[in-house]
Amino acid sequence: MSTAPSVAQPAAAGPAAGPRRDLAQVGVCAFLLVLGVVVTVQALELTNQTSIDPLGARAVPLVVGIALVVLAVVLLVAVLRGSRPEQEAGEDVDLQQRMDLRTVLLLVGVFAANIALIDLLGWVISGSLLFYGSVIALGSRHFVRDLAVAVVMALVTFYGFAIGLGVGLPAGILQGIL
Amino acid sequence: MESFGFLLDGFVTAATPLNLLLALIGVVVGTAVGVLPGIGPAMTVALLLPVTYGLEPTGALIMLAGIFYGGMYGGSTTSILLNTPGESSSVVTAIEGNLMAKAGKAAPALATAAVGSFVAGTIGTLLLAFFAPVVTRFAVSLGAPEYFAVMLLSFIAVTAVLGTSRLRGFISLAVGLTIGLVGIDSVSGQSRLTFGVPQLGDGIDVVVVAVGIFAVGEGLWVAAHLRRKAAEVVPVGRPGMSREDWKRSWKPWLRGTAFGFPFGAVPAGGAEIPTFLSYITEKRLSKHPEEFGKGAIEGVAGPEAANNASAAGTLVPMLSLGLPTNATAAVMLAALTSYGIQPGPLLLQRESGLVWALIASLFIGNLLLLVLNLPLAPVWARLLRLPRPYLYAGILFFASMGAYAVNGSSFDLILLLGLGLLGFGMRRFGIPVLPLIVGVILGPRVEQQGRRALQLSSGDAKGLLGGVDVATGEFVLSAIAITAYAIIVVVLLWPLIFALVRRVLPTRVEAAVGRLEEELHTDLDLDAPPGGTDDRVPEPSLSRSSGSPDAPTGLDTTDSPDSSTTSKKELR
Repeated sequence: MSTAPSVAQPAAAGPAAGPRRDLAQVGVCAFLLVLGVVVTVQALELTNQTSIDPLGARAVPLVVGIALVVLAVVLLVAVLRGSRPEQEAGEDVDLQQRMDLRTVLLLVGVFAANIALIDLLGWVISGSLLFYGSVIALGSRHFVRDLAVAVVMALVTFYGFAIGLGVGLPAGILQGIL
Repeated sequence: MESFGFLLDGFVTAATPLNLLLALIGVVVGTAVGVLPGIGPAMTVALLLPVTYGLEPTGALIMLAGIFYGGMYGGSTTSILLNTPGESSSVVTAIEGNLMAKAGKAAPALATAAVGSFVAGTIGTLLLAFFAPVVTRFAVSLGAPEYFAVMLLSFIAVTAVLGTSRLRGFISLAVGLTIGLVGIDSVSGQSRLTFGVPQLGDGIDVVVVAVGIFAVGEGLWVAAHLRRKAAEVVPVGRPGMSREDWKRSWKPWLRGTAFGFPFGAVPAGGAEIPTFLSYITEKRLSKHPEEFGKGAIEGVAGPEAANNASAAGTLVPMLSLGLPTNATAAVMLAALTSYGIQPGPLLLQRESGLVWALIASLFIGNLLLLVLNLPLAPVWARLLRLPRPYLYAGILFFASMGAYAVNGSSFDLILLLGLGLLGFGMRRFGIPVLPLIVGVILGPRVEQQGRRALQLSSGDAKGLLGGVDVATGEFVLSAIAITAYAIIVVVLLWPLIFALVRRVLPTRVEAAVGRLEEELHTDLDLDAPPGGTDDRVPEPSLSRSSGSPDAPTGLDTTDSPDSSTTSKKELR
């Protein structure tokens, strides 16, 4: 394991990689550390009935928890020694430009609204809002057309699933109307 | 050939009008969704899972088989017609494919990809039909200790061999294992990591994990980096090939299939290595090496066949052992569990009819793809122009709908959002997602087998290495378990071993690494003169990479900065 960090820096071979460290990764270390401690503490609260189940419910969580803590430390060392992550590429991904956190936060907000509203208002309304909100957050400015598309999609999926596939999506306040 | 009879029965099941219709819908929808940029085969299957919920398991699996091959094919269409490569398995196809498309040869590029996919898929499925029962016969003989060791091996293989960073692979695996731990322990009845939330008692649904990590995570990640200017789509007419194209394609198809299937069938083989091997082989064997780097048809035919054959290969361990070796297989396994089917060595015995119907529908789906996709290519090309806000809003919309439909509970949507943010973070920090999914799926089963092995030995640790022979009452070491552990040790210590070997055999290995490195660079750097230094030391790199099981690691290490820089100097 100790040799892992040296394998972990493919970007260094490319011309674009500078000596800059990516210190945001320390946040990943913190996340892993907290997760590891939680898993370990939880594992210690479990009891073992050694007679019928020698390994018990405790062993695996204990191993995983400790592994998370160890990995957090190893990653911290690797980051401080200059290990940089290889961010995921894709057809529509432009890694040259700065991360657009505003869009992500808007999308998360819209998504959370859907969670809060789906059982109350039903899928047709909350799903329309989810799609409409997401499209606008992603930069579309055809407000009327987008709304029409959103409502049609929500209605089609609602009826398609209910009638065609027998999987029920919630009707919410539109119960009886739809 | 007992498999043959079963396969015929499978065809009888799969060829009913309803099931044919399901296969057709699966293929069309799978291709349409797979073509969309940013949506790879794994996400295609994950997003379309809810469509299969209302069906009984056989129909659902048949549709899933269509979605699977459709998604694969759709992915390669995208990589040929867009000037940016998508998922890693079609990166190599994209090199020459996109160059061909730009040179006005999109039609033969798409056609050779389609026919190559068909050839490789058909041969691959035949091999699957032959090998799945063989591997199953081996698998049912495995006891708890052997099964435990083999699953541990597949963890290590997926984590340490694939991807560029082992450390980040292990991080992903550990997080996946943590997610897999959530719920009530089946042996002792104690709650683990549920924090008193009743909905977590049954654990986190694997489908929700897959949709969260693949669909929501990817959607958010792309949203954060969306290209201001949409990628350029190469216009395409009806795909077709000239006699010359056929002549130049058929051998690469067969060779690509030969590379792809075995790599797909072993844990951590993946599609990246066989597609790359196919590419360099075709480049070396081609009568037109000067066309490589300008759009050579062999460079599309071979890798695309390798990609599809590898996909068929991954179904061998998936169906016979319940081991997922790539992301798509992992999602398919998640789907199986959601239909209430228990994957594992007993699958082929218990659900024989179902599995053979699935295999038969893979043949049917493959044929449908060929028939449909040649005329439909212009339609797929138009899908690539879908406005991006609609595309990514649609991903979030369908992901929410699918996750909700699993259990009809909005709690799953909360999990979905959390997992989506996790997937977003993983993409930002270069942490591969495959080990996580494999950890979620296999983690609970590894624990179960490990505990069972130790129950059998009454807590003696050597119970993990073998069992008591029933006939003689003596303890017998298990060769399979010990072999698996030995391979694990070799894989884990590989960087050390490699360093040692390099000290002992400096020149030969350096030359081999240098060769691979050069090859990668001349191929990926499209401005470099084609051909290059090809004939100087042809042997080491190919023989090193093709046969031996350590090949992936060999490729892996070319990324490590110290080895590449020194070897490059050496060569110049």
